[in-house]
Amino acid sequence: MNGFFYIAAGVAIISTIFVITGKNAIHALLYLIVSFLSISVIFYLLDAPFIAALEVIIYAGAILVLFIFVTMMLNIVIEKKKEKKWLKPRMWVIPVILAVTLFVDLVFAVKSVPSHTIEKGIVLPKELGIAIFTRYLPAVEITAILLLIGVIGAYHLGSQKKKVFHRFLEKK
Amino acid sequence: MITLPLDIQLLFAGILFMLGLVGVLVRRNIFFILMSIEIMLNSAGLVFIIASAYWKQPEGQAMFIFILAVAAAEVSIGLALILRVYHHYRTLDVEAINKLKDKE
Repeated sequence: MNGFFYIAAGVAIISTIFVITGKNAIHALLYLIVSFLSISVIFYLLDAPFIAALEVIIYAGAILVLFIFVTMMLNIVIEKKKEKKWLKPRMWVIPVILAVTLFVDLVFAVKSVPSHTIEKGIVLPKELGIAIFTRYLPAVEITAILLLIGVIGAYHLGSQKKKVFHRFLEKK
Repeated sequence: MITLPLDIQLLFAGILFMLGLVGVLVRRNIFFILMSIEIMLNSAGLVFIIASAYWKQPEGQAMFIFILAVAAAEVSIGLALILRVYHHYRTLDVEAINKLKDKE
């Protein structure tokens, strides 16, 4: 079973690298879906099958489809040409150095505590539901309000102004 | 189901987070920046799930569900803003939108 973890982790890391280096937005989104699916495999291996299903349904299913819809509305061909101009190799140097420095810091922080092995112990969706709807019920309600704010904000920002002219008469 | 040391899993989540961070720092396309933020949120959720599997408690998974809701709200608002910016400036370059004042 440990081999599956390494395979899924490798797929996730490689596809994430393709996401952040890609020039075509649609291809990057498809690589992002691959990354989320392999992370969902890791969730399943970590004894969280319900969370794995949620990752597939909400992240890879809903959020990424939203991204793809927006990509269809934007003019990808022009943006792809601009991407090549923006992505010069020397722009990568300093951010990568900073991130690697932080990662080395993280390695030392993780290695300084004694290593333990995760053992088998599945958390059932029933326990999760009991925890959410008893102990964390106020948090659930606040999350509901947050989602409502998201709906109202997206509606407000996405609504077009009412046009007075016919679109052929409009000044460009 | 797996019997791996805790630090390998935490380092995997750390690698994913750093990749998202590099994406946020390097890219100038606002669309890719939003995608990198999704990667970072997802890796933070992965740490919660690892901790939940380690302590065998459902709290980490509950927190992941809240992260999921936050990510969904953030993406909907962010994409609406991106559409608005694109209609106004005809570009997705973040350096084109660094002026708060309205054009005169």
